[in-house]
Amino acid sequence: MSDEKKLAIIATKGTLDWGYPPFILASTAAALGYQTQIFFTFYGLQLLRRKINVKVSPLGNPGMPMPMGMDKWFPVLGTAIPGMEAMMTAMMKAKMKKKGVASLEELRELCLEADVKMIACQMTVDLFDMNPSDFIDGIEYGGAAMFFEFAGESDITLFV
Amino acid sequence: MANFDQELDATGLNCPLPILRAKKALADMQSGQVLHIIATDPGSVKDFDAFAKQTGNELLESKEEGGKFYFLLKKA
Repeated sequence: MSDEKKLAIIATKGTLDWGYPPFILASTAAALGYQTQIFFTFYGLQLLRRKINVKVSPLGNPGMPMPMGMDKWFPVLGTAIPGMEAMMTAMMKAKMKKKGVASLEELRELCLEADVKMIACQMTVDLFDMNPSDFIDGIEYGGAAMFFEFAGESDITLFV
Repeated sequence: MANFDQELDATGLNCPLPILRAKKALADMQSGQVLHIIATDPGSVKDFDAFAKQTGNELLESKEEGGKFYFLLKKA
Protein backbone atom coordinates (compact mmCIF):
# COMPACT_ATOMS: atom_id res chain seq x y z
CA MET A 1 0.00 0.00 0.00
CA SER A 2 1.33 3.42 -0.94
CA ASP A 3 1.30 6.40 1.37
CA GLU A 4 -0.58 8.36 -1.29
CA LYS A 5 -3.77 9.95 0.03
CA LYS A 6 -7.01 8.62 -1.33
CA LEU A 7 -10.40 10.17 -2.10
CA ALA A 8 -13.53 8.18 -2.88
CA ILE A 9 -16.65 9.90 -4.20
CA ILE A 10 -20.13 8.56 -4.88
CA ALA A 11 -21.94 10.61 -7.55
CA THR A 12 -25.70 10.08 -7.50
CA LYS A 13 -27.15 13.18 -9.15
CA GLY A 14 -27.79 13.86 -12.80
CA THR A 15 -28.30 17.61 -12.94
CA LEU A 16 -26.07 20.38 -14.22
CA ASP A 17 -25.47 21.89 -10.79
CA TRP A 18 -24.95 18.59 -8.96
CA GLY A 19 -22.66 17.33 -11.69
CA TYR A 20 -19.98 19.83 -10.75
CA PRO A 21 -18.93 18.81 -7.22
CA PRO A 22 -17.72 15.29 -8.13
CA PHE A 23 -15.64 16.47 -11.08
CA ILE A 24 -14.29 19.63 -9.41
CA LEU A 25 -13.29 17.78 -6.26
CA ALA A 26 -11.88 14.78 -8.09
CA SER A 27 -9.77 16.82 -10.52
CA THR A 28 -8.48 19.08 -7.77
CA ALA A 29 -7.69 16.17 -5.48
CA ALA A 30 -5.79 14.48 -8.30
CA ALA A 31 -3.80 17.70 -8.81
CA LEU A 32 -2.96 17.66 -5.11
CA GLY A 33 -1.68 14.12 -5.39
CA TYR A 34 -4.68 12.15 -4.22
CA GLN A 35 -5.45 8.82 -5.81
CA THR A 36 -9.10 9.38 -6.69
CA GLN A 37 -12.06 7.24 -7.59
CA ILE A 38 -15.68 8.17 -8.43
CA PHE A 39 -18.48 5.66 -8.24
CA PHE A 40 -21.43 6.75 -10.42
CA THR A 41 -24.79 5.37 -9.46
CA PHE A 42 -28.42 6.09 -10.30
CA TYR A 43 -28.80 9.52 -11.95
CA GLY A 44 -25.09 10.14 -11.55
CA LEU A 45 -24.59 7.83 -14.52
CA GLN A 46 -25.79 10.67 -16.77
CA LEU A 47 -22.40 12.23 -16.12
CA LEU A 48 -20.67 9.35 -17.89
CA ARG A 49 -22.50 9.77 -21.19
CA ARG A 50 -20.32 10.74 -24.13
CA LYS A 51 -22.40 13.86 -24.58
CA ILE A 52 -23.48 15.05 -21.18
CA ASN A 53 -27.06 16.26 -21.45
CA VAL A 54 -28.04 17.42 -17.99
CA LYS A 55 -30.18 20.34 -16.90
CA VAL A 56 -30.70 22.52 -13.90
CA SER A 57 -34.24 22.86 -12.60
CA PRO A 58 -35.62 25.94 -10.85
CA LEU A 59 -38.55 23.76 -9.70
CA GLY A 60 -38.41 23.08 -5.98
CA ASN A 61 -35.11 24.91 -5.80
CA PRO A 62 -35.73 28.04 -3.70
CA GLY A 63 -32.03 28.74 -3.31
CA MET A 64 -31.46 29.17 -7.02
CA PRO A 65 -30.61 32.75 -7.93
CA MET A 66 -32.86 33.86 -10.78
CA PRO A 67 -31.87 36.60 -13.22
CA MET A 68 -33.69 39.92 -13.44
CA GLY A 69 -35.43 39.46 -10.12
CA MET A 70 -37.53 36.69 -11.60
CA ASP A 71 -37.67 34.94 -8.25
CA LYS A 72 -39.57 37.94 -6.89
CA TRP A 73 -42.40 38.07 -9.39
CA PHE A 74 -42.45 34.43 -10.45
CA PRO A 75 -44.62 32.25 -8.19
CA VAL A 76 -43.21 28.85 -7.27
CA LEU A 77 -45.58 27.19 -9.72
CA GLY A 78 -44.22 29.41 -12.47
CA THR A 79 -41.02 27.42 -12.36
CA ALA A 80 -43.03 24.42 -13.57
CA ILE A 81 -43.98 26.15 -16.84
CA PRO A 82 -42.86 24.14 -19.87
CA GLY A 83 -39.62 25.46 -21.25
CA MET A 84 -38.56 26.98 -17.94
CA GLU A 85 -36.01 24.25 -17.27
CA ALA A 86 -34.47 24.54 -20.72
CA MET A 87 -34.30 28.31 -20.38
CA MET A 88 -32.69 28.24 -16.95
CA THR A 89 -30.20 25.60 -18.15
CA ALA A 90 -29.22 27.71 -21.14
CA MET A 91 -28.85 30.79 -18.94
CA MET A 92 -26.77 28.94 -16.36
CA LYS A 93 -24.46 27.51 -19.04
CA ALA A 94 -24.02 30.94 -20.62
CA LYS A 95 -23.20 32.44 -17.23
CA MET A 96 -20.68 29.70 -16.46
CA LYS A 97 -18.95 30.24 -19.78
CA LYS A 98 -18.79 33.99 -19.21
CA LYS A 99 -17.29 33.51 -15.74
CA GLY A 100 -14.65 31.05 -16.91
CA VAL A 101 -16.17 28.03 -15.20
CA ALA A 102 -15.22 24.85 -17.04
CA SER A 103 -17.86 22.70 -18.71
CA LEU A 104 -18.66 19.31 -17.18
CA GLU A 105 -17.09 17.60 -20.21
CA GLU A 106 -13.90 19.62 -19.77
CA LEU A 107 -13.63 18.81 -16.07
CA ARG A 108 -14.34 15.16 -16.73
CA GLU A 109 -11.61 15.09 -19.36
CA LEU A 110 -9.18 16.66 -16.86
CA CYS A 111 -10.16 13.97 -14.35
CA LEU A 112 -9.45 11.21 -16.85
CA GLU A 113 -6.12 12.79 -17.79
CA ALA A 114 -5.21 12.82 -14.11
CA ASP A 115 -6.03 9.12 -13.82
CA VAL A 116 -9.19 9.54 -11.77
CA LYS A 117 -10.81 6.12 -11.87
CA MET A 118 -14.49 6.16 -12.81
CA ILE A 119 -16.78 3.29 -12.02
CA ALA A 120 -20.31 2.88 -13.35
CA CYS A 121 -22.76 1.08 -11.11
CA GLN A 122 -23.59 -2.14 -12.96
CA MET A 123 -26.90 -2.53 -11.16
CA THR A 124 -28.13 0.91 -12.30
CA VAL A 125 -26.98 0.28 -15.86
CA ASP A 126 -29.11 -2.88 -15.88
CA LEU A 127 -32.00 -1.28 -14.01
CA PHE A 128 -32.46 1.55 -16.50
CA ASP A 129 -31.48 -0.56 -19.52
CA MET A 130 -28.64 1.82 -20.25
CA ASN A 131 -26.34 1.07 -23.14
CA PRO A 132 -22.63 0.92 -22.22
CA SER A 133 -21.82 2.19 -25.71
CA ASP A 134 -23.41 5.52 -24.71
CA PHE A 135 -20.76 5.95 -22.05
CA ILE A 136 -17.24 7.31 -22.42
CA ASP A 137 -14.30 4.95 -22.79
CA GLY A 138 -11.96 4.17 -19.96
CA ILE A 139 -14.53 3.52 -17.26
CA GLU A 140 -15.08 0.36 -15.29
CA TYR A 141 -18.24 -1.36 -14.19
CA GLY A 142 -18.75 -2.63 -10.68
CA GLY A 143 -20.83 -2.85 -7.57
CA ALA A 144 -20.90 -1.73 -3.97
CA ALA A 145 -18.23 -4.20 -2.88
CA MET A 146 -15.88 -2.79 -5.51
CA PHE A 147 -16.49 0.70 -4.16
CA PHE A 148 -15.64 -0.38 -0.62
CA GLU A 149 -12.44 -2.02 -1.73
CA PHE A 150 -11.14 1.48 -2.46
CA ALA A 151 -13.27 3.51 -0.03
CA GLY A 152 -12.21 1.32 2.86
CA GLU A 153 -8.67 2.54 2.59
CA SER A 154 -9.52 6.11 1.58
CA ASP A 155 -8.75 9.20 3.65
CA ILE A 156 -11.88 11.00 2.47
CA THR A 157 -15.19 9.60 1.26
CA LEU A 158 -17.90 11.86 -0.13
CA PHE A 159 -21.47 11.19 -1.13
CA VAL A 160 -22.77 13.66 -3.70
CA MET B 1 9.72 40.83 -10.93
CA ALA B 2 11.65 37.76 -9.97
CA ASN B 3 12.93 35.41 -12.63
CA PHE B 4 10.85 32.54 -13.84
CA ASP B 5 11.22 29.71 -16.33
CA GLN B 6 7.70 29.40 -17.58
CA GLU B 7 4.53 31.45 -17.57
CA LEU B 8 0.91 30.40 -17.28
CA ASP B 9 -1.87 32.78 -18.17
CA ALA B 10 -4.92 31.65 -16.20
CA THR B 11 -6.80 34.93 -16.50
CA GLY B 12 -10.53 34.57 -16.96
CA LEU B 13 -10.47 31.01 -15.61
CA ASN B 14 -12.38 30.05 -12.53
CA CYS B 15 -11.87 27.43 -9.83
CA PRO B 16 -10.47 24.80 -10.15
CA LEU B 17 -8.96 25.51 -13.58
CA PRO B 18 -6.03 27.75 -12.49
CA ILE B 19 -4.83 25.00 -10.14
CA LEU B 20 -5.32 22.24 -12.70
CA ARG B 21 -3.49 24.21 -15.42
CA ALA B 22 -0.67 25.00 -13.00
CA LYS B 23 -0.34 21.35 -12.06
CA LYS B 24 -0.14 20.44 -15.74
CA ALA B 25 2.47 23.12 -16.44
CA LEU B 26 4.60 21.98 -13.48
CA ALA B 27 4.52 18.41 -14.75
CA ASP B 28 6.54 19.47 -17.81
CA MET B 29 9.11 21.41 -15.76
CA GLN B 30 12.29 20.43 -13.97
CA SER B 31 12.71 20.43 -10.22
CA GLY B 32 13.81 23.88 -9.05
CA GLN B 33 12.30 25.70 -12.01
CA VAL B 34 9.85 28.51 -11.35
CA LEU B 35 6.37 28.91 -12.82
CA HIS B 36 4.81 32.34 -13.06
CA ILE B 37 1.01 32.30 -12.94
CA ILE B 38 -1.36 35.15 -13.72
CA ALA B 39 -4.97 34.73 -12.56
CA THR B 40 -8.11 36.79 -12.09
CA ASP B 41 -9.99 34.38 -9.80
CA PRO B 42 -9.85 35.88 -6.26
CA GLY B 43 -10.18 32.37 -4.85
CA SER B 44 -6.85 31.45 -6.43
CA VAL B 45 -4.95 33.30 -3.68
CA LYS B 46 -5.88 30.83 -0.98
CA ASP B 47 -5.99 27.96 -3.45
CA PHE B 48 -2.38 28.38 -4.56
CA ASP B 49 -1.32 28.71 -0.94
CA ALA B 50 -3.08 25.42 -0.15
CA PHE B 51 -1.77 23.81 -3.34
CA ALA B 52 1.81 24.68 -2.39
CA LYS B 53 1.42 23.35 1.15
CA GLN B 54 -0.03 20.06 0.00
CA THR B 55 2.20 19.37 -2.97
CA GLY B 56 5.50 20.60 -1.60
CA ASN B 57 5.99 23.05 -4.47
CA GLU B 58 7.13 26.29 -2.90
CA LEU B 59 5.06 29.45 -3.30
CA LEU B 60 7.80 32.07 -3.63
CA GLU B 61 5.48 34.98 -4.21
CA SER B 62 1.78 35.81 -4.17
CA LYS B 63 0.60 39.31 -4.94
CA GLU B 64 -2.25 41.34 -6.31
CA GLU B 65 -1.82 44.17 -8.74
CA GLY B 66 -4.53 45.99 -10.64
CA GLY B 67 -7.16 43.35 -10.08
CA LYS B 68 -4.92 40.50 -11.16
CA PHE B 69 -3.17 37.92 -9.04
CA TYR B 70 0.42 36.86 -9.61
CA PHE B 71 2.09 33.77 -8.24
CA LEU B 72 5.57 32.31 -8.39
CA LEU B 73 5.69 28.56 -7.80
CA LYS B 74 8.96 26.70 -7.52
CA LYS B 75 8.73 23.08 -8.52
CA ALA B 76 9.79 20.66 -5.78
